[in-house]
Order: sequence, then C-alpha cells, then structure tokens
Amino acid sequence: MKLLSRFTPSTGMRQVPKSVTVHAVLLAYTVIALFPIIVVIINAFKERRAIFRDPLGLPDSDSFTLVGFEQVLLRSDFGLYSWNSLIVTILAVGLVLMLGAMAAWALTEYKFKGNLLITFLFAMGIMIPIRLGTVSILSLMVNLNLVNTLTALVLVYIAQGLPLAVYILSEFVRTIPKELTEAARCDAVSEYKIFFCVILPLLKPAMATVAVFTMIPIWNDLWFPLILAPGEETRTITLGVQQFVGQYVTDWNSVLSALTLAIVPVLILYTIFSRQLIRGLTSGAVK
Amino acid sequence: MKPSNQHDEKKPFPWHLVFFLGPGLLIYVVFSVYPLLDTLVLSLYNEQQGQSHFVGLQNFITLITDDTWSQAFWNALGNNFTFFAIHMLVQNPIGLILAVLLSAPKLRLSGTYRTLIFMPTMLSVVIIGFVWQLLLSPIWGISENFLYSIGLGQYFDAWLGKESSALITLAFISVWQFVGIPMMLIYATLLNIPDDIVDASVVDGANSFQTFWHIKLPLILPTIAMVSILTFVANFNAFELIYAVKGALAGPDFSTDLMGTFFYRTFFGFQLQQGSASMGAAVATLMFLIILVGVMLFLFFIQRRIQRFQF
Repeated sequence: MKLLSRFTPSTGMRQVPKSVTVHAVLLAYTVIALFPIIVVIINAFKERRAIFRDPLGLPDSDSFTLVGFEQVLLRSDFGLYSWNSLIVTILAVGLVLMLGAMAAWALTEYKFKGNLLITFLFAMGIMIPIRLGTVSILSLMVNLNLVNTLTALVLVYIAQGLPLAVYILSEFVRTIPKELTEAARCDAVSEYKIFFCVILPLLKPAMATVAVFTMIPIWNDLWFPLILAPGEETRTITLGVQQFVGQYVTDWNSVLSALTLAIVPVLILYTIFSRQLIRGLTSGAVK
Repeated sequence: MKPSNQHDEKKPFPWHLVFFLGPGLLIYVVFSVYPLLDTLVLSLYNEQQGQSHFVGLQNFITLITDDTWSQAFWNALGNNFTFFAIHMLVQNPIGLILAVLLSAPKLRLSGTYRTLIFMPTMLSVVIIGFVWQLLLSPIWGISENFLYSIGLGQYFDAWLGKESSALITLAFISVWQFVGIPMMLIYATLLNIPDDIVDASVVDGANSFQTFWHIKLPLILPTIAMVSILTFVANFNAFELIYAVKGALAGPDFSTDLMGTFFYRTFFGFQLQQGSASMGAAVATLMFLIILVGVMLFLFFIQRRIQRFQF
C-alpha cells in the first residue's frame, strides 16, 4: 500500500503530458503523411488561377471547376486504362490465390521427391525480384507472340505473386488439424474433393490477406506495363498516368485531375481492405 | 497414413500432385525461374550483327573497367548505396519511433493514425513522384511559401533540379512514402510482446525508456533485421520513382541514376546509345548478385545469430 501511494501520484502526473506528447507527434506525422495527397486532390477541383493564388485553400463557388477532369477524360483513354488495370489485377490475383493455394496444399500435405527443392525454389522468389529476369521475359514474350497483350502481364504477375502466396498459405495449411483430412480419407473421399470442399473454405481468411498483398504491387506496377505492354490498347492506369502527366506537364488542371483520378481508386480500395491488410501484417503473415 | 508416397509401389502415379502443383509451378518456372537463369547465361554472350557468341566474363569486365561504361556503372552503384543509407538512417528509425508511439498502452485513435500514416505506402510510386514534383516546384511555390512562413524561406531551392541535392530529395520522397512498412512490422512485433515481461520490468523500477532499451528493443531486433533486408532488396531494385520524376536519363547529369534506371537504359538504350540485351543482362546479373549477397549475409549471419523469441 505504501508503495502504491508513493507511485500512483507521480505516474498519474506524468501520464497526462506523456499521452499528449504521443498524440502531438503522431498527429504531426499524420499531417505530413496526408498533406501532399490532400493538396493534390483539393487543387484538382480549382481553376488554374486559384491553384496558384491560393494553393492550400479549399475550392469555393468561384474557383470550383471540373475542367481538368473533363480534359483528362476526353483527351485520354483513362477509362480504357483503368479497365486494363482492373482486368489484369483481378485475373492475376485470382489465379495467384487459386494456384498458390493448390501448390501450398501439395507442398505441405504430400511427401514426394523434390518437395524440398520446389519449396526452396518458391522461397527464393520472395527475395529475388522477378524484374531482374526482364531481358529474358521480353524475348520469351516476343517468341510467344504475347507482347502488347494483357495476357503477358497476367502471366508475369502470377509468377511474381506466387512465392509469397505459397509461403503464407503453406504456413496456414500447417495449422489445419490432420484429423480433418485423415477422417475424409478414411471415408474414401478423393484428394481433389478434400482440397476443394474441406481445405479451400478453411483457407479463406489467409487468402484475403494474400489477395491484398498481391494486389497492391500489381495495380501500382510501372515496369512490366512499360516493357511488355506499352501499346495504346493495353496501357494500365499507372503507365497511362505516367505518360499523360509527362506529356501535359504544363496543364496543371489536367495533371492534378489525372493524379486525383489515379489516387482515388486506391484510397477506396484501401479503406475497404485496410482492416484485412493490417490484420495480415500484425498477425505476422509476412514474417 | 502415406496417401501419396511415390516409393510405395502399389500406389498409382500421383496425378493429384501434378494437378495441384503443376499449373503454379509451371507458370512460376517459365516466367520467373527460367528468365532469371537465362539472364545469367545471356550475360556471358555478346550479340553482333544478329549473331550471339560466348564471351565469358567480358561484359562484366567492360562494365567495370571500360571508360564509357564504368563511369555510369560506378555512379549508379554509388548512388544506390546513398539511396539505401538514407532509408536506413531516416526511414527505419522514424518507422521505429512511430511504432513505439503507436503501441503505447491505451492510446486512443491508434488504429486511425496507423491507417492514415500507412496510406502513402499504398499509392503508386509514379503518383507519389509527380505529387512531390509539383509540391517542390518553384513555379507553384507551396514549399517555398511554407518555408517562408516558418522563417526558413531563404533556404528554399529547386532541390529536385540540382545535381547536389536531387538524389537526396528523391530518397526522402521514397522514405516519406514507405515509412509505413517498418512502422507496421515493428508495431506488430511490439504488440506481440507479452504484458507480463513489460510489467515485470516496470515493477523492477525501470522507467519507460529503460524498459524499451533493455526489454523491448532486444525482442524487436529480428524484425529490425528483416526490415533492413527488405529495405535493401527494395532499394537495389528501385526504378519507378526516378523514372517518373527524372525520366530514363536520371538527370541532372545522371546524378539520380540507380541500378534500376541504369539497367533500363542499358537494355533499351537512349538518345546517345543503342540498347543491348547482353549488356542489360550483365547489369541485371550484377544486381542479382548484389541482392543475393545481401540476402545471404542476412540469412547466414544476422538471422542465425539473433535468437527468435517465441511468445
């Protein structure tokens, strides 16, 4: 009791300013993190003169305009670019999840020759960037007649996403109790049915985490669209923005609107999936 | 229970294994493993008039010693180490501090801070590059006016346009964007430290700094090591930010050239020079070796020595 009475007041006194300091630092950093994004978005809705006169002010009835967005949407194929990105991302993420889950199951459940080698091969892919094989990937795509197709991007992104997917899903498969599969085998259920009807539904939460981790780098990638599919018809949103903004760099309304158009979908996705992403990170999915 | 043991003579050929593993492995091998190995092989060849012939290590010797090549190569490599050093000295310590603050017990709004601070990490490097280019632009004057408003206006400069400061400015932009990754990873580890250990140290009379230094820091060292190797791999593979802000020529006068942009120019060529697949492969091979050595050093020396704590 004596101990408590001696310590309680002092810690009590110190706790208030300490938590204020913590909040002040975190709030300051949050402002630093968001400031550039907010500046771009608010100025995208302003007239050119207002952009320069009062860059930090919100658009008001005088300065509000959508002229930048009109120009971007009319003068370039933003719709097409977004569509391309969407198709590539959905196909690649879907296939990474499916093929990754199947491979993870095979590698953790069955003992066979070469199991260790294949596991090691996938593990290497987590650290070694696929980009370093670009010279050969391009000549391969030329030979397969896949240059300037979305298929080329999907294939490369599957190869890029599989290592981490196999790793995370394997860790997860290991936590599934053996009794489940053994009971099914005793009832003479086929291996395919065990995987698709028993295992796959159990993998859903882990697959959601993998989906978020796989999706972000694919959606944001510039390298492979630039090299494998730079054609007007196959441009992704990142490549489209890169080229549009480079081209119209003096047209501030258009540039700011183009950047906003590229930022907003990601922000929407992030608010939907941030819980899943943070859960994945904090549950140690990438350790 | 040996459901699919190949050694078991009575069992039929394991078709299910082929079915489960085949498609994924095939795509991975064809579009990742094979191209990587093929690139390593290609770096030993040289193409002339459409013919390619084996030249051994000649491409590497050219890259490292030839006047026209070596200057660009050493410049890019040196810049890359500067780029990496700034991330290690600025990004990871800031990430650590934010993580420690976020994990303060009973902190309100910690989820909101976490989500908002992580937001820039989600955006494309290309977008981030342009956003900062606009913000730092002397034409717009946002940064300049801001510095004047806090009394530091005379220090404003066109940082992105000067040889002396462009690389450092780009590194800081990258730090700003990716600080969320070390923050999240360290934060997750801090959350997993059991309360009893921390309570025990508090009962023993340690103040919060002592508790952090003697109890928490040793427990998060493995995560810090992992963050470092992730930073290393990402930095030595960086390309988008430089390309978005400075183009393939990594100006002014190649002062922002990294291995990634050097690789791109070598492979595809630019105004002054024709692209070369074999020289590109040689640059990629060197990048591969640098990253591999980094990863191996990490696995064999750091990962092994640091004890992993199981909670």
